[in-house]
Amino acid sequence: MDFPQIFSDLFLDYTLRTVALGSAVIGIVSGALGSYAVLRKQSLLGDAMSHAALPGIALAFLLTGSKMPLVLIIGAALAGWIATLLIISIVNSTRVKYDTALGMVLSVFFGFGLVLLTIIQKRPDATQAGLDKFLFGQAAALLERDVVTMGILGASAILITMLLWKEFKLLSFDPDFASTLGFPVRVLDVLLTTLIVIAIVLGLQTVGVVLMSAMIVAPAASARQWTDNLGVMIVLSSLFGALAGISGAVLSASVTRLPTGPTIVVCVSAIVIFSMLLAPRRGILWRFFRERRQRGRLRLEGILEDLYSLALEHKDPEHAHSLSVLRLMSAGKGGVERSLEILSERGLVRAVSPGEWALTRAGIEEAERAQGERGGGQDER
Amino acid sequence: MSAEQIEIQIIASLVAVTCAIPGVFLVLRRMAMMSDAISHAILLGIVLAFFAVGDISSPLLIIGAALSGVLTVSLVELLNRTKLVKEDASIGLVFPLLFSIGVILISKYAYNIHLDVHAVLLGEIAFAPFDRLVISGFDLGPKSMYVMGGILILNLVFILLFYKELKVATFDAGLAAALGFTPGLLHYGLMGIVSVTAVGAFDAVGSILVVALMIAPPAAAYLLTDRLPRMIILSALIGILSAICGFWAAILLDANIAGSMASVSGLIFLVVFLLAPERGLAAIARRKTRQKREFAGRMLAIHLLNHEGTPEEARESEVGHIEETLRWKEGFAKSVVGYSVKRGDVLVENGRLRLTEKGREFAGRSVVEEFIA
Repeated sequence: MDFPQIFSDLFLDYTLRTVALGSAVIGIVSGALGSYAVLRKQSLLGDAMSHAALPGIALAFLLTGSKMPLVLIIGAALAGWIATLLIISIVNSTRVKYDTALGMVLSVFFGFGLVLLTIIQKRPDATQAGLDKFLFGQAAALLERDVVTMGILGASAILITMLLWKEFKLLSFDPDFASTLGFPVRVLDVLLTTLIVIAIVLGLQTVGVVLMSAMIVAPAASARQWTDNLGVMIVLSSLFGALAGISGAVLSASVTRLPTGPTIVVCVSAIVIFSMLLAPRRGILWRFFRERRQRGRLRLEGILEDLYSLALEHKDPEHAHSLSVLRLMSAGKGGVERSLEILSERGLVRAVSPGEWALTRAGIEEAERAQGERGGGQDER
Repeated sequence: MSAEQIEIQIIASLVAVTCAIPGVFLVLRRMAMMSDAISHAILLGIVLAFFAVGDISSPLLIIGAALSGVLTVSLVELLNRTKLVKEDASIGLVFPLLFSIGVILISKYAYNIHLDVHAVLLGEIAFAPFDRLVISGFDLGPKSMYVMGGILILNLVFILLFYKELKVATFDAGLAAALGFTPGLLHYGLMGIVSVTAVGAFDAVGSILVVALMIAPPAAAYLLTDRLPRMIILSALIGILSAICGFWAAILLDANIAGSMASVSGLIFLVVFLLAPERGLAAIARRKTRQKREFAGRMLAIHLLNHEGTPEEARESEVGHIEETLRWKEGFAKSVVGYSVKRGDVLVENGRLRLTEKGREFAGRSVVEEFIA
């Protein structure tokens, strides 16, 4: 791969520039609104809504005969909306659970969309070809005016979330509290869901119905690992989304036969894996090292404590005890010698003779302190 | 009906029944979305198995796909166990990635073979009769009929063998664990069955519509019965109904058969959702009206009892006065009075209401029930 070439293409080549820009817009908008979806445990609602959008797109085309992105987006948003309302009313009024309602609405709407698509395909109009791309997305077909439409819609969606920042934050974390404060929770809920629908529908043309759900969940899930602050999370999530969008677009342009939508999803998944492994405090590696450090500390404390309890049995607290006794006391856990060496480096124990270890004065103090601390800890509990 | 049409309907019905059986347990165990994840992720398994075997019709592809279904489930659980993301998010993270890798592999290395993503997602049952099983010159019918039949038998055997275990684990997971069933084994067994079913069915109906056939019929059956065996049988019947009606609707509209089957299964759920006895919206609304009228009748009787023998009795029991004192709408007041008269609690005499002996006793009992109990 020729990086300078790709870099200059990114700005000069019309197709690549449009696709990269479009993917970036999708990443930003779905990253920002996806944060709310993930926090409100509605990750899979994105999946349902993107599938449910298909009949809306097909119907919008059947009724208007237009392929204008705005018309199709309105159709998709209406269908996604009806799907959401159906899910809510099924869950609220019957014993059918959320996941069942979600899966059913998703697949049935999609099936109905397919029926409509096949009907459209058999009509004599020459203009139907473009609808198919909503299934899997066809980034290469993006035009500059599509990107402009997406940008305007996405910017307005983000602007609304900024204007209603406090309300949406409260709604996401404590809807009961929000309603006791007198906020119109229902209206806010519907509004936020509508914004998420818009974010999904924006991406359909590029990423496709099947993969759009990943764009809602993945950037937000990655951003969540790095921060506990909603504002930071949304900004990070948008950045991750944009990064995945651009790198996916560039990769698929520079490698032959690499479809854009799936490539973007692989990129965003890489960001998820990276974040889950490496994010400070929450990350898996971070947790692993912290646990290992703690285990090591506990082992040292254990040995010190063993020596101390042995010392208590003797008149002379600095009396030496044999390694085998210590091994026995640590109940078969290895590394007793190694721990003793570390302790002696710190000046807490000393080797009186080979295989005979004793506490130093500092060691006794340390052991007493540790035991006092543990006692205090128990009281707190 | 041509022979092909009959064969398509048989295959479609087989697919529907095969999907409905594990679907019942998915719906009951709140794992419906797992079917969505599995049905997408099997694409990767099929592609990898195809690379390994090099033959698109090899049965090994089914095994590869089933393994990838189980891989999906384990990955989702692995993600859950890190507690870094919520359960729904981990499903939403895993299957798009696996599906994307599958799509990329196909378009990069297998673009010229018959394994296009469209076929996987949408399926084309209309072509199923053309792929026939021929053994030493005898035409034994379409191949997919045998594949689906085999998977159906596998599902039935699994369900019958582990019926008791599945039932206990589904309705009382704690008891199942206490009795010493291994919930993990059962869970993965069920997921394996779902994967195999999804692989067998995706060829015919596509991976997304597999989800419809797995979930919609059991969801409808769930609103119709409280008994597990009945729910399984009902789901299978609703599945067959969706398959056959869907087929004819598709012929009529000249549209995609699988999509039409899914739409019909959704319509059947909608009808059940609206009209099911006891649990349908209409039944719920009827019950609410009845309860409201019953309660109002009780209030009327108590009201009359309250004022019996008091100076206001004459005014309070005036027929035209009731809606005012009890703050009812006029029509509602009339229907309540009619209801109470019909029950024999109240008599109308010269434009006044009077409690009967039965009504007086009813009112007295109601006071005790409402205010003391």
